[in-house]
Amino acid sequence: MDIKQQIIELRTQALEELSRADTLAELEEWRVRYLGKKSRLTEILRGLATLSIEERKEAGAVSNSFKQEIEEAYRQKEKLRRIDTLGSSSSKETIDISLPGRPFARGHLHPVAQALNEIVAIFTAMGFQVLEGPEVEWDYYNFDMLNMPKEHPARAATDTFWLDAPPNEKGWQMLLRTHTSPMQVRTMEKSKPPIRIVVPGIVHRYEATDATHLSMFSQIEGLAVDEGICMADLKGTLHEFARRFFGPDRRVRFRCDFFPYVEPGAEMAVECAVCHGGGCRLCGGAGWIEVLGSGMVHPRVLEGVGIDPKKYSGFAFGMGIERIPLLKYGIEDIRLFYGNDLRFLRQFR
Amino acid sequence: MKCSLKWLGKYVDINTEPHELARLITLAGTEVSRVDVIGGWDNVDVGQIIDINPHPNADRLRLATVTLGRETMTVVCGAPNLTVGDKIAFARVGAHLIDGHSGEKTVLKANKIRGVLSEGMICSEMELGLSQNHDGILVLPPDAPLGGALSDYMGDVIFDLEVTPNRPDMLSVLGIAHEVAALTGTVVREPSLDYVSEGSPVRNSVAVEIKDSDLCPRYCAGLVTGVKIAQSPRWLKEALNAAGMRSINNVVDITNFVMLEYGQPLHAFDYERLTEGKIVVCRAQEGEEFTTLDGVERKLNSSMLVIADAARTVAVAGVMGGMFSEVTEATTAVLIESASFKASSVHTTQVSLKLPSEASARFERGIRADLTILALRRAVQLMLEICGGVAAEGLIDEYPGRKEVVAVNISCVEAKRILGLDIAAEQIEKTLLAIGCHVNRLTPEDFDVVPPYWRSDLRIDADLIEEIVRIMGYEAIPYRLLSGEMPQQNPDSRLELRLKVRQTLAGLGFQELITYALTSGRVLEKGLNSSLAIEPLRVVHPMSSDEECLRTSLRGNVLSALSANVHREEGLICLFEVGRVYLPKQNDLPDEPEMLCGVLTSNGAEKIWLGRREPVDFFDTKGVVESLFKELGVRAEYEVGNDGGLRQGQQASIMLDNKAIGVFGTLHSDITQEFDLPLNTYLFEISLEELLPYARGKASYERLPRFPAVIRDLALVLDTSVHHQQVLDIIQSSSLVTSVVLFDVYAGKQIAEGKKSLAYRLSFRSHDHTLTDAEVDKVVEAIMRKLQNSLGVTLR
Repeated sequence: MDIKQQIIELRTQALEELSRADTLAELEEWRVRYLGKKSRLTEILRGLATLSIEERKEAGAVSNSFKQEIEEAYRQKEKLRRIDTLGSSSSKETIDISLPGRPFARGHLHPVAQALNEIVAIFTAMGFQVLEGPEVEWDYYNFDMLNMPKEHPARAATDTFWLDAPPNEKGWQMLLRTHTSPMQVRTMEKSKPPIRIVVPGIVHRYEATDATHLSMFSQIEGLAVDEGICMADLKGTLHEFARRFFGPDRRVRFRCDFFPYVEPGAEMAVECAVCHGGGCRLCGGAGWIEVLGSGMVHPRVLEGVGIDPKKYSGFAFGMGIERIPLLKYGIEDIRLFYGNDLRFLRQFR
Repeated sequence: MKCSLKWLGKYVDINTEPHELARLITLAGTEVSRVDVIGGWDNVDVGQIIDINPHPNADRLRLATVTLGRETMTVVCGAPNLTVGDKIAFARVGAHLIDGHSGEKTVLKANKIRGVLSEGMICSEMELGLSQNHDGILVLPPDAPLGGALSDYMGDVIFDLEVTPNRPDMLSVLGIAHEVAALTGTVVREPSLDYVSEGSPVRNSVAVEIKDSDLCPRYCAGLVTGVKIAQSPRWLKEALNAAGMRSINNVVDITNFVMLEYGQPLHAFDYERLTEGKIVVCRAQEGEEFTTLDGVERKLNSSMLVIADAARTVAVAGVMGGMFSEVTEATTAVLIESASFKASSVHTTQVSLKLPSEASARFERGIRADLTILALRRAVQLMLEICGGVAAEGLIDEYPGRKEVVAVNISCVEAKRILGLDIAAEQIEKTLLAIGCHVNRLTPEDFDVVPPYWRSDLRIDADLIEEIVRIMGYEAIPYRLLSGEMPQQNPDSRLELRLKVRQTLAGLGFQELITYALTSGRVLEKGLNSSLAIEPLRVVHPMSSDEECLRTSLRGNVLSALSANVHREEGLICLFEVGRVYLPKQNDLPDEPEMLCGVLTSNGAEKIWLGRREPVDFFDTKGVVESLFKELGVRAEYEVGNDGGLRQGQQASIMLDNKAIGVFGTLHSDITQEFDLPLNTYLFEISLEELLPYARGKASYERLPRFPAVIRDLALVLDTSVHHQQVLDIIQSSSLVTSVVLFDVYAGKQIAEGKKSLAYRLSFRSHDHTLTDAEVDKVVEAIMRKLQNSLGVTLR
């Protein structure tokens, strides 16, 4: 019988015996017999010396694949046996299914990023293009062009991180943007209406950090400019957002508010999820939770970028992101978001 | 701004319940953040003590007989300040009070005190919840209406308003009254400003010169002589108190009262102290020293506006007066200043002197110059009434900055275009009249509008449109969805790449971090294990030394986060951040390239019942990088790296087109020590900016193989200096090879010194026929020849 044939027979025999080996002891015995140093295969391969090179190669290939096959079969069986033996509570056929499974790790996006993705997706579906802008800005874009010239009280009231860099040749000063609104200007400088954008990003305020304030936080800006855009569009768009994000049962309220780069200005609040407008601890007794600031783009802002405010109009809005998961989960300290404690971060899946 | 409804009620009828009124004001743009109800007492009336007798059984207690008009009662009282004839607050049985000793809420019961029944109580301020004062009873003014409910006489509601920067008028009770009138459809009764001046003409005694009219468009002044400085009357004290201000003396209190009433800050000078009775409005001298009212000596500069007399500076304009000319008990003549100062100038001065005040808060918001003369007349009138004396004839009114009143044009068409709401011309006219505008209807659909004297924020038609809609209520505007042409969407591939990178890493078990963009130079250096090659951008006034500059690398922050977490928990920890770094440029904004930084470590053995999990190592790290690139469709090459933050010989540069776009490897032991991390901590860092052009998110399809593969295993022996990649390159370049898997690396017994054994499993396949062994053998032979010739590889 040639060696190839012997191996094929050995294979059949080995697999059959393996199927009958039920205990770990029997398995070990089998392993020594077929995979050990003094295995049957080793014996058979001793005969190779007598063969021609051609035959040797052929036999080598067959023995290689035989070895792989039974090794794999052994591993499978051994694994099952191991689980059977260690995991069985009474009979050796029964697994203690209450034992914990083998853990597979899964990481997650940061909770603020998750909220931002969700918000961006809603506006994308309404035809808003996502853009980003520089976090280090000129005061020209952050203030001047947003109807906050050098002497404007609102500009003075904004707590700004100024950077230790010389002004540029136009006299613009470098700062950390205090809001995502400079991208309104940058976008309108470059593109003509119709414009429909949202701009997520990091902003900074020169403000002491405490349980309700961060010196760095995330915002999303929105801007729509075209002929015939009016406050009804603003209300409709933001109401639609609130309905999709907070759910259809939360009422929405618009009230007059002031931002130098819009007129009329509006704040949108949603009904408190806990008290439904009655007033509770979560909403500070107000019954409403402020969600965003918005308004019709100020004619001076449009003029500044060369868009005729008599022909075109638009609305803009800006929303802080951290507040949203803060309120959604009842998180008591906003600093947890950037403390990067895994015990906190892992809770948001 | 704290506003008393009682005070407000003097100018406007309030027919709306306070909380509802607060809601209306909030919706119209000024948030009422608090509504404090003072009083609300039940069963407490105004009484008068008509007799006091000793208590038969106690020396310290007395029996007070109190009349409430129609009835008379006798109560036991221990207060030291009982006086016959005083009006007092009398609580009947059942009144809800505060216990004077425990501070808890109680309900008053009839009580026998030392054998005498007491059916009521004379209250202290504390018992009424007005203050913590329980030293004696509250004595009411003689004008308190006998028998009337105390709530009607003393109760009040205080609104706390969050006034936006555009509405200085809402920092005045009259301004709020105008707002309330517009919102509730009533009218305002403005105070009378009449008085009789019996003195000589003011110009005989006072001269005003405005030198820097760019910072002072208007300066008005009045003179009252023969005044008597004293405590203010009760109503005045109460009014200031309700607004959260302290009473000083009658003159100062009047200036504050008028400021709260009209929103126009005033200043009272002791006229006798003004050299030559002269007022000069000019910029300060650079470096000039000046002692303000609070007794602090301050250094002024030439951008600040001051008020001077013929000899010296007497006030910092709009910010604070000086010690020297302050009104004191000895003052007999008062010069009242009512001026208009440039908003930005007052702001800058206030900020640089660190002297924010009620006055500067109003000037900063830009108040109308029209207010000056009105407020001045009111102050003179009140001074004559309260402080006595004689008013000089006439008032000084220097007004170099007078501007023509410009009407703002507004049309129904424009209102509709901006609001999306049809508003009748009559409605527009009515609303604008309600807020105090003069409205001139030019055509049926078109108006010229002059804003009222107290509003400084109505300059263009958009401002008027806001007025119309905020008074009507924003709920009047319908909901509509954008109906215009949808702009072309050009998805930003950077955003797509970033999302895919983050999602892939999360899928591989990494938790995303977001760390602060501001960090310290120290943390940056620690993370890089070197001094900084790039000088980071610094903030001018850092909040703390931990946030002094913008990061030029993510490493320090990510490693800090890792360190904090390693000390909290055991086992495998994998973290990453995708974020910007800020690389300064000459004369321009910095570059803000986006970087990925990931770290992994295992802190102690992770024990589970299925057996212990191996600690992470270099090849886990490489596996993560490879998985990420596979997901992104990027084929990277790896070269021996030379990063100072990673251990020599255990790091690789990630190469794309012969350009290093990142690194990974074992963290340098200097760094693990600095951050107190386990030695087996690994890091990868990739520039997403440079990865972007290579990342092809799109999948491509290949037909499934129709013919079987042939597998061959090769155990190779080669010099330890030969890299796997060199072997791989040769094998992969051969025909028919479809996959190569390295399944064993061995060195030791049975292998010669300086050699190692690598075992590969090769798959061969043809796309058009089933391979025969002979064909495969030929290929294997060719491979072996090539390996032998170029790398000295032999079969084991």
